[in-house]
Amino acid sequence: MNILNLVVIIPLLTVMGIVMAKNMKAVRWVSATGMFLQLLTAVFLMFSYLAIRKSGVTDEMVMMSDHLWFKTLNIHYTIGVDGISVAMILLTGIVVFAGIFASWEVEYLQKEFFISLILLATGVFGFFISIDLFTMFLYYEIAVIPMYLLIGIWGSGPKEYSAMKLTLMLMGGSALLIVAMFGIYYTTVLPDGSHSFNLLQLAQGAMSSPAQRFFFPFAFLGFGVLGALFPFHTWSPDGHASAPTAVSMLHAGVLMKLGGYGIFRVAMYLMPQAAHEQAWIFIILTSTSVIYGAFGAIWQKDLKYINAYSSVSHCGLVIFGLLMMNQTAMDGAILQMISHGLMTALFFALIGMIYSRTHTRMIHEMGGLMKVVPFLGVVYMIAGFASLGLPGLSGFVAEMTIFIGAFQHGDLFYRIATIMAISAIVVTAVYILRVVGILLLGPIKNEHYLHLKDATWYERISTLTLLIAVAGIGFFPNWLYQVVYDSLDPIVLKLSTVL
Amino acid sequence: MNTFSYTFLIPILPLLMFLFIGLTGHKFKPIVSGVIGTVSLGIVTLLSYATAIQYFWGVGKIDEVFQTIIPYNYTWLQFWGNFKISMGILLDPISVMMLVVVSTVSFMVHIYSIGYMKGDGGFSRFFSFLSLFSFSMLGLVLATNIFQMYIFWELVGVSSFLLIGYYYEKPSAVAASKKAFIVTRFADFGFLIGILILSFYTGTFDFGVLTNPETTPVASMTGITFMGVSVVSWAMILIFAGGAGKSAMFPLHIWLPDAMEGPTPVSALIHAATMVVAGVYLVARMFVVYHFYAPGVQELIGYVGGFTSLFAAIIAITQFDIKRVLAFSTLSQIGYMMLALGVSGYGAEHGVGYMASMFHLFTHAMFKALLFLGAGSVIHAVHSNYMYDMGGLRKYMPITHITFLIATLTIAGVPFLSGFFSKDEILVAAFEHNKLLFAIEFLVAGITAFYMFRLYFNVFWGEDKHYHHTPHESPLVMTIPLMILAFGAIFAGYLPFAHMISPDKTPMHLHLHWNIAIPSVLIGLAGIALAWVLYKKKNPIPDKLASAFGTFYTTVYHKFYIDEIYLFVTHKILFNMVSRPVAWFDRHIVDGTMNGVAFIVTTSSNKIKGLQSGQLQQYAAVFIAGALGLVLLGIYFLQ
Repeated sequence: MNILNLVVIIPLLTVMGIVMAKNMKAVRWVSATGMFLQLLTAVFLMFSYLAIRKSGVTDEMVMMSDHLWFKTLNIHYTIGVDGISVAMILLTGIVVFAGIFASWEVEYLQKEFFISLILLATGVFGFFISIDLFTMFLYYEIAVIPMYLLIGIWGSGPKEYSAMKLTLMLMGGSALLIVAMFGIYYTTVLPDGSHSFNLLQLAQGAMSSPAQRFFFPFAFLGFGVLGALFPFHTWSPDGHASAPTAVSMLHAGVLMKLGGYGIFRVAMYLMPQAAHEQAWIFIILTSTSVIYGAFGAIWQKDLKYINAYSSVSHCGLVIFGLLMMNQTAMDGAILQMISHGLMTALFFALIGMIYSRTHTRMIHEMGGLMKVVPFLGVVYMIAGFASLGLPGLSGFVAEMTIFIGAFQHGDLFYRIATIMAISAIVVTAVYILRVVGILLLGPIKNEHYLHLKDATWYERISTLTLLIAVAGIGFFPNWLYQVVYDSLDPIVLKLSTVL
Repeated sequence: MNTFSYTFLIPILPLLMFLFIGLTGHKFKPIVSGVIGTVSLGIVTLLSYATAIQYFWGVGKIDEVFQTIIPYNYTWLQFWGNFKISMGILLDPISVMMLVVVSTVSFMVHIYSIGYMKGDGGFSRFFSFLSLFSFSMLGLVLATNIFQMYIFWELVGVSSFLLIGYYYEKPSAVAASKKAFIVTRFADFGFLIGILILSFYTGTFDFGVLTNPETTPVASMTGITFMGVSVVSWAMILIFAGGAGKSAMFPLHIWLPDAMEGPTPVSALIHAATMVVAGVYLVARMFVVYHFYAPGVQELIGYVGGFTSLFAAIIAITQFDIKRVLAFSTLSQIGYMMLALGVSGYGAEHGVGYMASMFHLFTHAMFKALLFLGAGSVIHAVHSNYMYDMGGLRKYMPITHITFLIATLTIAGVPFLSGFFSKDEILVAAFEHNKLLFAIEFLVAGITAFYMFRLYFNVFWGEDKHYHHTPHESPLVMTIPLMILAFGAIFAGYLPFAHMISPDKTPMHLHLHWNIAIPSVLIGLAGIALAWVLYKKKNPIPDKLASAFGTFYTTVYHKFYIDEIYLFVTHKILFNMVSRPVAWFDRHIVDGTMNGVAFIVTTSSNKIKGLQSGQLQQYAAVFIAGALGLVLLGIYFLQ
């Protein structure tokens, strides 16, 4: 059997295990074991991918398998991976694993919570192994639906409002995507004259320029909504603020990455000409959103809002890097997806842990937490440094790669947009240090906080897993860069042939 | 190559110590962290000295030219082809000299801190941060390419942030650390863009390639201009902006005085001797490019240095916090170094400015670290930073007093101490190149002597103040570093710098210029004499003078209100006029539109939902009316 199937089967088996579990303890341990196995599988997958490449296989996708699903429309269940999807699977594996430990103390309906959480993860894993557009879309929807329940039931604050807003906006994105999907299906003519949903086959086919121009915005915006593209990002602050910890982690850490992933894998890869023609509009949008998000974050008072705006800024940089359409900048964008995924999951985990102690997320109500919860404080500070791009942590590598790649454009317009985006490193430092200064440093504001307990063992597992990954990429970025770089070859080639 | 194979230990040992102390420090007694941190830095110092001896008096020189030796260079991130970021070790005269400076001062500060920080709750944390800083600074100094330098540049920035904010429960320390980080980050923004421009045109980050005067690819950039200025100049001015931020040149100097919130040993190490001269080191590293391809920028560097040195010296006269006086003095002295680079030529004896800058960097590290550590010893004894809480301390603290006096004499340029030699070379270089800058520096030499002796007399002479307990001399662990550094401050001037450092790496033959040395000594002595009259014994003249100058005095005392201008720009403009509207816009306009769409959908569906009433009669009526309407329309159009 294709080992890729495992990444979907293990979560499903875990879900079944949870259904059968008798008590809370069993539910936790089944989830933790399942996701630990999943993480191991993801690591194993990375090593086997490297081994396959090393043995000289130069196929665009490896470990492929294909099953006909619905003949009339030529829909297949096709799976396969390249370096980018393997890296994303690894990221997802890490974040889900950390997420399970971050939700160790869910208060009610534990069983249902873990089932929804792992179903969501299944959708994400499935998305990353799909090659067929239809399969991809299906998995995407699998990931979005549990999100509604998770926020609506286990959330906090105006949870129904936030859940509804998030789901409706993402569904709006899906609606655009389905238009784009069928548009691509019907207007791309394969060499043998048939139609297909298979990405690799579609890339071989010809899509007329007017069709590209018409459908590109649908695909781009459809995925862009998910990737928090300004001005379609407003689901993110509300959604995150209401979502329970693990859901925020998974959502910002992984689900938002589906947006960026879809943009280069589907929109840009299949419609390269339109991508070139329309890039400037989106470059303006994204370079604005990089700064806009950062300035927005300065003024927020709620930890989750700060992080949500920070995500708008960082994810803006992802799409910005992709739009530069050269291999280095796109590589940087993918590194940024991974880096931001790890970093922001870490932030949300920490925010959840702090909230469970202080019962507030308002930074001005807290202060001096470093003294009372030093472990959480130090990790929060390191996460902050990663976010503001300190060398030795993943954020720096990703940002610098994007900037260096983007700067290779001789065109002045691209240069100025790049410089605008770079200026965000200053603004990011301002809001990160502001939060760190108010939240962790200074005198303790509330005497009750003196009795707070530092991180428990499961909280340590959750945060350290993410932290090690962040530092690992920061220290040794080259292997990941090269894995992604090689896999970008076909996409960059396709993009450059239309010039 | 293999002769320097041990050099990898120089940056690695402090890194390992940082990780070790940082991760396990809380498990031991605090003193253990201090001792192992200090011992490992001691080893680093020995290795640095070995490197220096082997380099300068051994294998470094071939055919009378100092070689650039790269014992290690690993690819850290390979972008494409040959375009990559490496991590390595580069040995040439200035990097080896910096190794000696950084490791010596860091070692002294480690020893001193065992006494100074004794009993502090964060003792282990302090030593792990010191190790982190030493690692970053050594990595910066040894960088083989400009991007490696940028990486370590950021790391020293964060170590500085952590150490300034060491007393993190104190709001002023938190604010100061934040300010330092953000101001330097702003400068690094320029630095990064400068690197990007430079690397885009040259296709490399490598110092070896960029600064080779014969083959530098920068030559290919000439002729390309942007807004009327050549791109080389743009790149180099932006890179200098990074250096100006870290070296606290006007107008990016505002973070340094506040950085004195950190523990005093930190001020000595980071904010006097090592990190703040990184900007000077950067300009020296890229000197070939500045001199040959961006001479205008080099000129600018000279003026920025000259202005900063005068500006800071004037402010130093009016300050009462002894650490702040020293901080402004540091600004002023770094201004000297920048100026020297700005007026330097290239080749043979024209390179005197370059040499003098590095020379002064070296001697300044010794005497300024000594001044700070001495100040720390004083603060330790009287528990105040303000000179009006001090007086007559010479009786209680003899070692501190003598070493402090040596350092004060050195910075004042008294003959045959190290500061005299290095300052003289700078004045010679300035005199040959630019008379205005020479005049400024000449004046600053006098002001320096004056404000330093004002400090000295106020602290060690005059009458006793009401101390909480009788001040006593610091323990040996603190005074031994003082004595060692005093030794350095006296004798560092006798090192044959001209034979070791020059822009073209060939030894120079220089001699003392008495025609410049004598007047500069005289103006220094005049400054000392004036301070003697005003401050040796308590008298009302200084206060009278202060009130006589009125507004001018207040302006200077408030550091020309530069901080207030920055506060206005950041808080009033950026926070209130950008950030706040952005947050509002996002919530009310962008999100408002989304909610508006949702509102329209729900309202309109509410309005028309009455149509779905479930009453057959109503449906039939609508059906018939509709059918009739269609028929009528059909007839109308088909006619």
